[in-house]
Amino acid sequence: MAIPFEQILIQTINGIVTGMILALVASGLTLIFGIMDVVNFAHGELFMLGAYVGVVTMVATGNFWLALLTAIIVLAALGAIIQVTTLRPLLGRDPLTTILATFGLSLVLQNYALWQFGPVARKIPEPITGHFTLFYLDYPWYRIAIALLSAAIIGGLYLFLKFGTYGIWIRATTQDRVMAAAMGIPVPWVHTAVFAIGAGMAAASGVLFGPLVGVNHAMGLDWTLKAFIVVVVGGMGNLGGSIAASIFISLLEAYASLWVSPAQAVIVSFVVLILTLLFRPTGLFVPTPK
Amino acid sequence: MSGAAPATASPLVSVESIHTFYGKSHILHGVSLQVGRGEVVGLLGRNGVGKSTTLKTVMGLVRPSQGEVRYEGQHITGLQPHRLARIGIGYVPEDRRIFRLLTVMENLRTGLDRHGVTEDRKQALLDKVYEYFPVLADRRNQAGGTLSGGEQQMLAIARAMMLEPKIILLDEPTEGLMPRMVSQIRHIIEALHREGVAILLVEQNVPLTLEASQRIYIMEKGVVRHHAPAAELRANDAVIHQYMGV
Repeated sequence: MAIPFEQILIQTINGIVTGMILALVASGLTLIFGIMDVVNFAHGELFMLGAYVGVVTMVATGNFWLALLTAIIVLAALGAIIQVTTLRPLLGRDPLTTILATFGLSLVLQNYALWQFGPVARKIPEPITGHFTLFYLDYPWYRIAIALLSAAIIGGLYLFLKFGTYGIWIRATTQDRVMAAAMGIPVPWVHTAVFAIGAGMAAASGVLFGPLVGVNHAMGLDWTLKAFIVVVVGGMGNLGGSIAASIFISLLEAYASLWVSPAQAVIVSFVVLILTLLFRPTGLFVPTPK
Repeated sequence: MSGAAPATASPLVSVESIHTFYGKSHILHGVSLQVGRGEVVGLLGRNGVGKSTTLKTVMGLVRPSQGEVRYEGQHITGLQPHRLARIGIGYVPEDRRIFRLLTVMENLRTGLDRHGVTEDRKQALLDKVYEYFPVLADRRNQAGGTLSGGEQQMLAIARAMMLEPKIILLDEPTEGLMPRMVSQIRHIIEALHREGVAILLVEQNVPLTLEASQRIYIMEKGVVRHHAPAAELRANDAVIHQYMGV
């Protein structure tokens, strides 16, 4: 069966849009893992809570962009509180303890959202409602805007890490926590700041993604799973690798859904994950380790 | 322990009967030593007697179970390493621990970008280390991991100097270096001494340590066994033979 060219093009655009949101979720996750060796199982819940803060602000003010900003700030603050109270005391312990802690946290946050907001999905209206014609489709501009905004936020993160004192502190701490401390870098606070940044980025993706689906208490689950897949495939702790893997896997899923249903297409990501773990467990998008 | 008097009445760093454990292994069994202001003190001993652990304990990287460390008369036992770095203790570890993915300049900036350091002061500090280590100026935009062993050692010392420390804990700086590099390290120790920076020097290179230091402590099995002015040991190396087997 031949696939028409325009369908392939449409799926390419879809894959890139989803991939950019995924990259936004995954870069926070991989940043946190890289610096603290903490696998944050509550990351999807930060995404979900971010979306809810977006909903609440949206209802109060009617301004989507204000909602986005508020969600980022509120979740960054929440992330900092979580890090100080829950993860800082566990630093240097068996990784299992932090896995249990963040997993427990994810249950608490999920059930808090269910209790606070109820089981019915909320909707965030699209801030950009226009469409453009893509072959036989009316393609929403908002999806393109999501991809561009995600890219801008990730680009901002890159510039922040690359230039300036705090970026150097974060990279130094990621490479060698002990030596960073011996150079006078306040490592515990660098950890807190990185967790806050990761939480803020998860919140941003939650609000951006909100208009495409409903906002509900379980929306983080899918994303946690996908983000973990790309973080492993991209190489744990490797920011560039996670971004590349996000787009790679989203494109694969998008193309696969040309043949099978989107639900079945998800299998492709798991296949990639398993193959990566079998043949290149350090990640696809990292230089071959020596 | 033979009884040479402490260098000064109020030492810069004073280690008092520290006991340090790694898990269940008891590494330091009551180590005491002192370093005066601007003094170069050598810490000798065979491998595994606890010299590096002593430095790590002073730096706050390992917490002693007993005993205490004082700096300028203040208790600093249990303070976090980043606080110790900020009050003037520089650390150059045995394995250098260069930030491999950071450039030479960024490695230096980990110590340089502190509150209250003016741009002029930063530039003066950089100019000084580039004068001592011209090769670092040439490689300032190169990743630390691409430097040779000797260059990494220079970067590790230069990086510690960025903190404008009152004391540098220097752990085996000449290990694995070519003779030309070794003499360069010796010159830098002398230069730091002239500037009034105290150094606690752990070394396997006995002649260099005896030349560079004013006083020597010799460790064995987690305790200080001998303590003498370096001049005395230079004149009579029987003690060195006894403890170092050289």
